[in-house]
Amino acid sequence: MEPQLLMGNEACVEGAIVAGITFYAGYPITPSNEIGEIMSRRLPRLGRTFIQMEDEIASMAAVIGASIAGAKAMTATSGPGFSLMQENIGFAAMAEVPCVVVNVMRGGPSTGLPTLPSQGDVQQARWGTHGDHPIIVLTPSSVREAFDLTIKAVNFSEQYRTPVIMLMDEVIGHLREKVVLPQPESIDIINRARPTCPPEWYRPFEDNKSGVPLMAAFGDGYRYHITGLTHDEMGFPTTKPCEVDAAINRLFKKIRQGFDEIMLCETFLTDDATCVIVAYGSVARTAKSVVLQLRTAGKKAGLLKLQTLWPFPRRAIEGLPQSVKELYVPEMNMGQIYREVLRVNQGRRTVRKISKVDGELITPQEMVQVVA
Amino acid sequence: MAYRNINVYQYLRHEKKFPLIWCAGCGNGIVLGSIIRALHTLGLPKDQVVMVSGIGCSGRTSTYVDVNTLHTTHGRALAFATGVKLARPELTVLVVMGDGDALAIGGNHFIHAARRNIDMTAFVYNNNIYGMTGGQMSPTTPQGKIATTAPFGNIEQSFDVMRLAEAAGATFAARGTVFDTDRLDELVELAIRKNGFSVLEILSPCPTIYGRHNKLGSAVDMLRHLDEDTVSLDEAENIADAIKSGKIPTGVFVDIDRPEFCESYAALVKKAQGK
Repeated sequence: MEPQLLMGNEACVEGAIVAGITFYAGYPITPSNEIGEIMSRRLPRLGRTFIQMEDEIASMAAVIGASIAGAKAMTATSGPGFSLMQENIGFAAMAEVPCVVVNVMRGGPSTGLPTLPSQGDVQQARWGTHGDHPIIVLTPSSVREAFDLTIKAVNFSEQYRTPVIMLMDEVIGHLREKVVLPQPESIDIINRARPTCPPEWYRPFEDNKSGVPLMAAFGDGYRYHITGLTHDEMGFPTTKPCEVDAAINRLFKKIRQGFDEIMLCETFLTDDATCVIVAYGSVARTAKSVVLQLRTAGKKAGLLKLQTLWPFPRRAIEGLPQSVKELYVPEMNMGQIYREVLRVNQGRRTVRKISKVDGELITPQEMVQVVA
Repeated sequence: MAYRNINVYQYLRHEKKFPLIWCAGCGNGIVLGSIIRALHTLGLPKDQVVMVSGIGCSGRTSTYVDVNTLHTTHGRALAFATGVKLARPELTVLVVMGDGDALAIGGNHFIHAARRNIDMTAFVYNNNIYGMTGGQMSPTTPQGKIATTAPFGNIEQSFDVMRLAEAAGATFAARGTVFDTDRLDELVELAIRKNGFSVLEILSPCPTIYGRHNKLGSAVDMLRHLDEDTVSLDEAENIADAIKSGKIPTGVFVDIDRPEFCESYAALVKKAQGK
């Protein structure tokens, strides 16, 4: 493919289209607007569906409805809208409806800093909706990754029947970079597994080896019930402890079984490192330059870049070489991933956070001051 | 009546779904009967029908019907249904909601679905109360009536669902009661048949909670009130006088034609593709 100059938000749309998104519902909010605007141009031309809903609650609901009717569906938003979507993200987790939610993070809480970057929604992406539920959260640190991870997000949502959140910080959403996109034919696309059995044999929420039940679309001849109530294998409400326990545990099982596949990370110069910066999103770019700077100054620094934030890539931290004595976690928040690193580290290494919440990027100098 | 019952039976889910959770004397089952009879009369294949419901007593309707059923979050049924319908416009979409569900928490989705004129039928079971949560006041609790959150009488004005639906742009709006089931059957058929956003408000008694708090008598008394307190737009000789006397009009309030959203979207796709 020819090199192109693309913005992160544009690359996200391109990725979504390649991944087979056929339905987009959204509501205007900065700094995610380009995604909805470009979708409204691109999707009708492709014979696919775009709708602007009355709010983010409705957007999330429409996305779930469309997915149940067989579409590959997504939405995009930012902090305040992401808060409104939480209710129905929980529904999608409970009813196991594949869908993708892109959150281009801006400063919070509340209306906060609409046009300035932040990574303040990391824990909200994990625990924003009520109740115990698994979730998959990905985060890109370049325009190309915005493309790649959107495809991953759609694929994971289909494969595991789960909502997948893509967190972009505002910097990545609005960053323009030269990218060479891969040929669409070279990209693996995953579609949800559908039942082929006679309708009377279909058990819509039955456990199997993968833990992911087969999903029939409404209108395909498998009449069944979907509810946000805790349900049995047939989809009907239940309060029987054994059925409730099995249902909730299966939700976790299916994601746990896919952990190795879902855990996306990259290491840079960590093999002989004595200190490693654990970073994600635009901050990982700064961290990379800091690593090179420190190496020049004689300090053996390395970078662990997280592309998957949830389930937390514990094994990537544990798998760092024995030589690593110090971990640094720079974030545009008060330490939301820092605490996770601290948790999985279990006192083995020194862990320090570098937090910044003033709406500005963390500069290399600020990082060097702490790490050096 | 025997003939009708046989028809109803074919549309119900028989394993593990019964008995119904609704109280004795509740009107919800009567509405369900009307919906099923309409599906049968209209000859709609069960595979092609989607029933979307919200949360509350009415929300449980979808559990019992052998079509594609989606029991959503509180107030959001119309927004879920919008996604289903747009993804597969060939499906017949029925949306079942209560008064609190459709008009309080779901009020925004209600007016926008009407404005958009997307082809689906919104059934608003109106029992003037939040029944499942124990009897709190709803947007259709009449002024002065008692609820668990209005122990001294409700001071808020209630919604007129018909005027709200009309103002928001619904192309069909009608009100029926569970007392007059023959007429209700007709109204359900008309509402489903309409190509556009249809609202059917069904006045339905809640003897267990609303009736008890307001001393409205037994379930049978409440059904009798439904007859006595309403006046049909088709039959009343002087409708204005009847309404002035405090009676609630029933019948078809709105039946107009406007471009339907899915059809407009299909036209937009052709335009975008330069066809």
